[in-house]
Amino acid sequence: MTAVPSVSVGSGAAGAAVFPDSDSRRYRYFEPRSKRATHYEDVTVDVQPDPERYLLQDWIISFPDGKGAYTKDNTAALSSNWHAFRAPDQEWERTHYQRQSKIEAMVQSVIANGRKSGAPKAFNKAWVKILQNHLGAWKHVEFGLGTSLMQAQRYGYTQMINNATLTNSSYKLRLAQDITLYLAEIGMDIPGFDDAAGKRTWLEDKGWQGTREAVESIMGSTDYLEQYLAINVVFEPLVGELFRSGFLMQVASSNGDFITPSVISAAEADYERNLANTMDLLHLLVTDNQHAAHNKNLFQGWVDKHVALANKAAAGLQPIWSQPHSKPVQYADARAQSVERIKKILGELGLVLPKE
Amino acid sequence: MSGTLTLNKITAQRGIPVGEAAKKIADLGWNPSYVQEAMTFPTDYKITKAPKDPMKQVLRSYFPMQEEKDNRVYGALDAALRGDMFRNVEPRWVEWMKLFLAIIPFPEISAARSMAMVGRLAPGEDLRTGFTMQMVDEFRHSTIQMNLKKWYMENYIDPAGFDITEEAFGKCYATTIGRQFGEGFITGDAITSANIYLTVVAETAFTNTLFVAMPSEAARNGDYALPTVFLSVQSDESRHIGNGHSLLMSMLKEPENHVLIERDLRYAFWQNHAIVDAAIGTFIEYGTTNRDKNKESYVEMWHRWIFEDYYRTYMLPLEKYGIKIHHDDVQTAWKRLTEKHYVHRVAQFFAVGWPVNFWRIEAQTDKDFEWFEHKYPGWYAQFGDFWKWYEKLSHRGQTNILFNSDVGYVYPHRCWSCLVPCLIREDIVTGEIDGQLYTFAHELDRWTAVQAFADEYEGRPTPAMGRFSGRREWESCYHDWDLADAIKDLGFVRTDGKTLVPQPHLRFDEKEMWTLDDLRGHTLKSPLMTLRGMSPEDREAHLAEYRKGFTINPCN
Repeated sequence: MTAVPSVSVGSGAAGAAVFPDSDSRRYRYFEPRSKRATHYEDVTVDVQPDPERYLLQDWIISFPDGKGAYTKDNTAALSSNWHAFRAPDQEWERTHYQRQSKIEAMVQSVIANGRKSGAPKAFNKAWVKILQNHLGAWKHVEFGLGTSLMQAQRYGYTQMINNATLTNSSYKLRLAQDITLYLAEIGMDIPGFDDAAGKRTWLEDKGWQGTREAVESIMGSTDYLEQYLAINVVFEPLVGELFRSGFLMQVASSNGDFITPSVISAAEADYERNLANTMDLLHLLVTDNQHAAHNKNLFQGWVDKHVALANKAAAGLQPIWSQPHSKPVQYADARAQSVERIKKILGELGLVLPKE
Repeated sequence: MSGTLTLNKITAQRGIPVGEAAKKIADLGWNPSYVQEAMTFPTDYKITKAPKDPMKQVLRSYFPMQEEKDNRVYGALDAALRGDMFRNVEPRWVEWMKLFLAIIPFPEISAARSMAMVGRLAPGEDLRTGFTMQMVDEFRHSTIQMNLKKWYMENYIDPAGFDITEEAFGKCYATTIGRQFGEGFITGDAITSANIYLTVVAETAFTNTLFVAMPSEAARNGDYALPTVFLSVQSDESRHIGNGHSLLMSMLKEPENHVLIERDLRYAFWQNHAIVDAAIGTFIEYGTTNRDKNKESYVEMWHRWIFEDYYRTYMLPLEKYGIKIHHDDVQTAWKRLTEKHYVHRVAQFFAVGWPVNFWRIEAQTDKDFEWFEHKYPGWYAQFGDFWKWYEKLSHRGQTNILFNSDVGYVYPHRCWSCLVPCLIREDIVTGEIDGQLYTFAHELDRWTAVQAFADEYEGRPTPAMGRFSGRREWESCYHDWDLADAIKDLGFVRTDGKTLVPQPHLRFDEKEMWTLDDLRGHTLKSPLMTLRGMSPEDREAHLAEYRKGFTINPCN
């Protein structure tokens, strides 16, 4: 006898035959946030498994202390359902590359056209020193935060948390590199531009040591959620936006520089997305039906710690506002705006800004 | 003169050379002085020399390049639909994609996570840029593969199995092998897992069979989507291979690392062979309908990619740095694939267990037999009757092949190390860990679990090394369960509550489709629990019998 399977229907296309579940064309192992799963949910949810969803055999390799690949105690925060979080920016690989690529194209085009028109040579001399020293120092801030998030994306209990952290890291590291290459490029057009001054300023300038301490404290934290909160809830409004929007973006043009605001502007849009992701996750935790009080208390402790560091950082940067030739904005105004901003953010989470 | 004038030449302005740009970016890092970065993923390796980034790529050029690659992938998927690809696709092939694509997104995203583990270990920042890009690459791979799976689910004739994919991944008796692979990237000693196991062995050696050989077979089966996605994925791998090699070169500088490198290369090569060859070998050889005798078989490709390319040009040169290379392991793997029919035994095992899978497995036919015999002389004598039985028992009303005593198949023990069963029967060994008895497919598997994954290696403390844990023997999860109840618990039932997701055929007719009732009345047993319950004498007798193998009865 020879084995000859029966002939099939002659097509492998949907609808070629009707049988049980021949129309089951949606992933049916998770509950979408809305009525219908988004594309982001389909490519993200449950790719990182756990014993609740759906590791029948539990983790099958462990660390020497017996812990599996991902455990809930990688953060001190508690949740009755870690799986509920969905990133509001709905980022997956395609949207991520589209956005990052668009930003790179925009940044490069602005720099290239600016250089073609001879713009860097027309920058005010005092402003050139600011770019060289202080924007040069700032690139290390973005790098430090980016590498912290790169570390953090290993620890979250779900794919949704870790992917949101990963894209946040990618945005930060892109900005760090954008600033680096931008300064190197305009440096070629400006005689005497010292490309190494930024790092020296970062490591040695007294005014920057508060910022360095704040960033290193985030880098040194072993709680991934503390890192995520410290960056997006505290550091960004009190130091990040303060320096980027409250100084660079507003002061550059009146000192003859129309390039820097465009290079930096992408970061502000990145932050809006990263803030939305962070807030959604933290909001779930401070309204958790079992652990809200614990989480609020924990987060307030983190806020107190990192606000103190961020305040010190911001105060250290204050003298920079008086260095440009043209001073269209005062530090006090920018600072007041960033304090308002963080109050609003903390208010959404039921947390308070500690007194200075 | 005007003949050589181009727009580029008119508009060009002085830029920064690539090497200079990479150098400036590598200088973004610094040694913290206020608070130290925590080494949360420890290693027993010592790394003092800063590794170099061989690729020297920066994100400014990386993102547009990747977007362009994506545009080609998604454009090709649209074109495949417009060209009515699924009308001509071979269902035998797409069914195996339910298994493959259930597994692969997890190892991919695990690779992204593992970049955090190596990112802080090496001094200097040069390679951190390379790790950053690999992290984003792996995020790409994981979600682009999930997208491909969704696309199959939406357009292929039988979406069942795709629709439960990530749940099935966590439960199935076959996907457990893929979990061993993925967890191996992120658990235990950070260098063992994220460097040697992932980049130095899996990515450098075995992605060639995964992401190059398999797409070729997909195309032969009318599937143009998988090659489009996976060749794009593979184009990222050279970056990862560079990362792995660079870090390896740094580690080689420290003589005290050599014994660990030797251990980890041995473990990683053997386990990649056991896992990747089991899965990809089966997909390529048994998932295809193309029986062109001029095409390379899986073992022929293995010889080219793994033996010639990897072993000869990557592993062997490590000897000059003082690393002992276990040539015999490579030869043993080769013999397992050729003389001992490793892939064919795995395919046989997957087929026997069809009721607890979540895809359809079709019987092999005369045309297949001829090709197998041509490529693997002696195949028909060992496997011909089995596949005839499989076809015969694929019809409802027959006792399923897993429990049909007429066939002569003996259900195998599971290997505690690679999680592929002990299919080459004569090679089974047992060993003890913390006083408990375990079974292993080969002496090297025993060595892996007992000696390599321990807190001491050759007299040297290895406190960072991982441990094998959990309910590793899948069968023990359903010991003494009725088969139908186990399938229900696994969730491998269609939404009508009775028809099974898996089927032992490609007949898309409801009347032909097996239900829970067709399988009720058979009790599953854990071979390991059964073995442990035996007296020492009975156990020895059982293992001696097991080593003799089994004979499939003639199917008339």
